[in-house]
Amino acid sequence: MDIGIPMPVLLTQLLLGLVNGSFYAVLSLGLAVIFGLLNVINFAHGALFMLGAILAWMGMDYLGLNYWVMLVAAPVVVGIVGVVIERTMLRRLYRLDHLYGFLLTLGLSFVIEGIFRSFYGVSGLPYPTPALLSGVTNLGFMVLPNYRAWVVVASLAICFSTWFLIEKTPLGATLRAATENPKMVECFGINVPLMVTLTYAFGVGLAALAGVMAAPIMQVSPLMGQNLIIVVFAVVVIGGMGSIMGSILTGLALGIIEGLTKVFYPEASATVVFVIMVVVLLFRPSGLFGSAK
Amino acid sequence: MIKKISYALLLLCFVAAPWVGVYPVFVLKVMCFALFACAFNLLLGYTGLLSFGHAAFFGGAAYLAGYSMKAWNVTPELGLLIGVLAGAVIGLGVGLVAIRRQGIYFAMITLAIAQMLYFLWLQAPFTNGEDGLQGIPRGKLFGVLSLDSDLTLYYVALAIVVAAFLFIVRIVHSPFGQALKAIKENEPRAISLGYDVDRYKLTVFVLSAALAGLAGALKSLVLGFATLSDVHWTMSGSVVLMTLVGGLGTLAGPVIGAFVVITLENKLGDIGGWLAKLSGIDWFNTLGESVTMVTGVIFVVCVLSFRSGILGFFAEKLQARAARSR
Repeated sequence: MDIGIPMPVLLTQLLLGLVNGSFYAVLSLGLAVIFGLLNVINFAHGALFMLGAILAWMGMDYLGLNYWVMLVAAPVVVGIVGVVIERTMLRRLYRLDHLYGFLLTLGLSFVIEGIFRSFYGVSGLPYPTPALLSGVTNLGFMVLPNYRAWVVVASLAICFSTWFLIEKTPLGATLRAATENPKMVECFGINVPLMVTLTYAFGVGLAALAGVMAAPIMQVSPLMGQNLIIVVFAVVVIGGMGSIMGSILTGLALGIIEGLTKVFYPEASATVVFVIMVVVLLFRPSGLFGSAK
Repeated sequence: MIKKISYALLLLCFVAAPWVGVYPVFVLKVMCFALFACAFNLLLGYTGLLSFGHAAFFGGAAYLAGYSMKAWNVTPELGLLIGVLAGAVIGLGVGLVAIRRQGIYFAMITLAIAQMLYFLWLQAPFTNGEDGLQGIPRGKLFGVLSLDSDLTLYYVALAIVVAAFLFIVRIVHSPFGQALKAIKENEPRAISLGYDVDRYKLTVFVLSAALAGLAGALKSLVLGFATLSDVHWTMSGSVVLMTLVGGLGTLAGPVIGAFVVITLENKLGDIGGWLAKLSGIDWFNTLGESVTMVTGVIFVVCVLSFRSGILGFFAEKLQARAARSR
């Protein structure tokens, strides 16, 4: 096959695309889970992704905690932040139009980003790759950086276990039932408000987990989540939020397409996801995996 | 009656502002954003559509009008017309795609398309990338009236903004506006009553985009520059905030909201300094650098406990008093 581009370059970009796609998948999965039960589009998802990455950096810088500790600690902390947000603010908006939840979380993302900006400015903070995963593996046809491989594998594992949890376990069944008809589920003696809180915490915890994983490869900065979240919105529109598997697959696929665009037509790499969104909307208004509503 | 008096007072404030020592360019900026917010409110407040991509129309028009005034030396009125057309055309394109989905998806789609256009403007050769278009000349209105004096420009802009405001009032009170209200209250019912809802939505979307384009072009003319921040999504966020603070679905609310938000953005440093002096807490001195954070806090407070906005709040108070006296 001769396409005028050296194979290693193509494969490297493909891998980069897959890494980005993994982040898209984890983030859009979190958005979908939250939207399913809370009917809120969590604009703060990008800011909480950033919070995860910055917590990882702070843990290393101030407390000397390594990557692996923060991989667990940061999502827990952000999950607690999520509980506070849901209990004190979001809860009061469920009876209102969706747009208020959107605007509230938009405001929250400004606040969170603003706070860290006033401390750390906008330039990137360096975060080293954990020692265990530094280095590369030579596969013969390409050189594979271990850390990137880890990100892809770990994200896939997270995505599929979330899918399994929601689609195949009794807990997930209750969750899906509560999405369908919260009043009825409450009648069966299930504490739906608690479930809602924990769902939000879980969703934002996923975002933080993605943030920690992104810390060694992206620039850790207060604004790192800002542009990402808009791309993830486009991903969510393309996939449709009805299906968990749909958002995982769409995220991965779009990351790969974006990576390939960087090889073949770099000028369009920033816009390709949005262009695909427009095309999908023209032909399948409800998204690739979405239901009619 | 109270309404008419307050409108007259508001207009009087704008007419008299330059004579009581207010810096005209500041009020000019407020006027541009007031028009922008009113145009946005036509969509969110009166049709219930949250567009999160209005910066695309505002900034796109600012670029195109600015470029035509600078590079081709077109007269200001033609520049503004180009801005209106730019807003309308971009609005038609975005609207055709966005109205295919409802509710919160609509917001995400408009946001995503606006972000796409942002990258296009960033890469377009004539926008000068990060530097933006600078030094846009004010020129002569109709080729005769020079706008170089701030005061002349002020009254010309005021006339344009008032005319556009009256146009919006006319739309809201027309049968077309009533149909929009029906769509906002209950879309399925509007459909079953035989309204071609999509066509109504698209029309009002294009109208709103065209007016936002007028605001953007006017901003280029007044301030003399058009930059990436005009097309950035935070600009869309700003206009949502102005409308929300002033009062969603009230005619004059967005004007008040624009005044509050622009004042805050420009004077936050001063306010912080004053607070620091008052309370003795040094931290307030850094408030000027934290505009986003303060904006965010206002968003949160407004959404949680001040949803009717400043004007809506007073309207409710007035209504309550009227109900008691009856």
